[in-house]
Amino acid sequence: MKILLVFAALVAAACGQRLFVGDQVLRITASDEEQISLLRVLGEQTELQVDFWRHPTSPGHPADLRVPFPSLQAVKIFLESNSISYSIMIKDMQELLDEEKKNMTKSRRTERSTSTFDFASYHTIEEIYDWMDTLVDDHPGLVSKIQIGQSYENRPLYVLKFSTGGSNRSAIWLDTGIHSREWITQATGVWTANKIAEEYGQDPSVTAILDSMDIFFEIITNPDGFAFTHSSNRMWRKTRSINAGSHCVGVDPNRNWDAGFGGSGSSSNPCSEIYRGPYAHSESEVKAIVDFIRAHRNVKSVISIHSYSQMLLFPYGYKRVPAAHHQELNELAKKAVNDLAAMYGTKYAYGSVADTIYVADGTTIDWAYDNGVKYSFTFELRDTGRYGFLLPSTQIIPTATETWPALLDIMLHVLEHPY
Amino acid sequence: AAAMELPPSHGVANRAAALATGYLCYRRGSPGRGLALRCLRRARRQDIDDVGHKYYLELVLEDVLDKDSTVNCTAEVLYHLGNKNIAPDVQFTLEGELKNTEEADNIFYSRIKSLEKELVAENIPDSHGNVPPEMEPVRLLAWVASGYLIWQNSTENTKFQLAQIKRVKQVKRSDEYLEFDYTILLHEMVSQEIIPWQMTVLWHPQHGVQVTQDSRQPKHASQ
Repeated sequence: MKILLVFAALVAAACGQRLFVGDQVLRITASDEEQISLLRVLGEQTELQVDFWRHPTSPGHPADLRVPFPSLQAVKIFLESNSISYSIMIKDMQELLDEEKKNMTKSRRTERSTSTFDFASYHTIEEIYDWMDTLVDDHPGLVSKIQIGQSYENRPLYVLKFSTGGSNRSAIWLDTGIHSREWITQATGVWTANKIAEEYGQDPSVTAILDSMDIFFEIITNPDGFAFTHSSNRMWRKTRSINAGSHCVGVDPNRNWDAGFGGSGSSSNPCSEIYRGPYAHSESEVKAIVDFIRAHRNVKSVISIHSYSQMLLFPYGYKRVPAAHHQELNELAKKAVNDLAAMYGTKYAYGSVADTIYVADGTTIDWAYDNGVKYSFTFELRDTGRYGFLLPSTQIIPTATETWPALLDIMLHVLEHPY
Repeated sequence: AAAMELPPSHGVANRAAALATGYLCYRRGSPGRGLALRCLRRARRQDIDDVGHKYYLELVLEDVLDKDSTVNCTAEVLYHLGNKNIAPDVQFTLEGELKNTEEADNIFYSRIKSLEKELVAENIPDSHGNVPPEMEPVRLLAWVASGYLIWQNSTENTKFQLAQIKRVKQVKRSDEYLEFDYTILLHEMVSQEIIPWQMTVLWHPQHGVQVTQDSRQPKHASQ
């Protein structure tokens, strides 16, 4: 115990760092149960800000521990004084991240066009970021990529901008992947972004929309969570921000918005999947969108795409009171789900969030609506629970294909009802 | 109080429907037959003083292996007031016949009985939603058995679904039953929690599915 106090003192001064310069990942192998317990206790020292990429489970099985630079000396002293063997797996995380970035640039040059991209598979964050660049390359003058901020772990937050010109035109905002385990949404986002780019100049509706309005599309809205679903836990939902005073990680980015924030439709417990965060917009992933939409001043629609349940929802989630535009939103939702069903017979329910699923506060579309964005909708894509979050990749293209007419209905309505 | 009509699109009606479906699936399912809710056609709710809330439901169920095979069903679900440790009462009537799965069940039964080494598998479906064809009956058995857990643990404010089989291990028995030890992940829709749950499942083609033991598992520490 004294050892713990010693290194706690050593790192007292250096807390809350976010950059990964000098951070290391150690591979630790405990030789007996006592060492396993010591490692668990180590993981719970919040001031050290360490986190296990692979947890200590049993003696002889390696655990991987990310250690921020300021805590390195203390952690190594602890391991060595307790004779716990370890090796350095990643010597400098920032170097590794920089290396990854360089490789992405390299492979971007070798990936020739979007027509070779496999839309019928689930992809990694690197593959999707690479593909974004090829989409921009293939549609110059229509598609550009902007960065609206950084995630907690310093991944870039990229938004695709579809624009045929003008100056600060009315805009539609689309996002997918805010909950990282909802893999069908990022996959649908990729297909849909490609579809928008392809159909401009071909499809009269898309052409009419883009001739007057801009579309902003954030496909990987929660990149840290998404990376985590690939590397460690396929069922991860939240961000990956560290919660002070808790061993539980992450905030639900769809409970973190400043609309009815802090009610019964979210949790104050950092270990909860619907943890709202310490305060509204605490998450950089959320704040980036808030800042973007506020600064833009001309966003007329926010469409946030989730899975699963097969629903098309509109405000409110945080209260059971109908929104002022309930009737219009309800009618539009009804039309959209009918056109969706016309493709393959997939049935969607529709209505306000509070009525159709449950009371949820601090959500994206409630914030947008309360901040003047009338046409705010949430999609819950396939399925209704048979596969849930683990939707087979064979359903990616059918899902995206059937959702497309519903999206078009909403976007056309926005175009035809300026406000 | 009289029964009040509920819009079928409403969350509370759908939670009752999911519970009824889980119970029904447990009672009628097998490795060759899984039932899922196709749609809720009608829902009414009655508040019974000092007893609880009763839902009257008209459901359409589908065979998960054959989407075109559907059956209509009426169900009554009573959530008991107060003591949350009593599972809701569920009664149902199927209007029509379910597909006969005797042949598929017997094939699976023989296949497992004749295995030299006990069956072991993980992550069904995998991250990409894939289920190897030979694992489909093992998966359906978990689907059916999870209906028991859903029934036993549901309230008006929860909606459970089987999210994934983390691990399944066959336990060899000297009698005629097949026994599997499952660790599954249940997804609860309202809290959005992913809950690991261990269950011991017994099955025999003539005796149906039984969950003989189950225990909720703790979430991993650093999650």
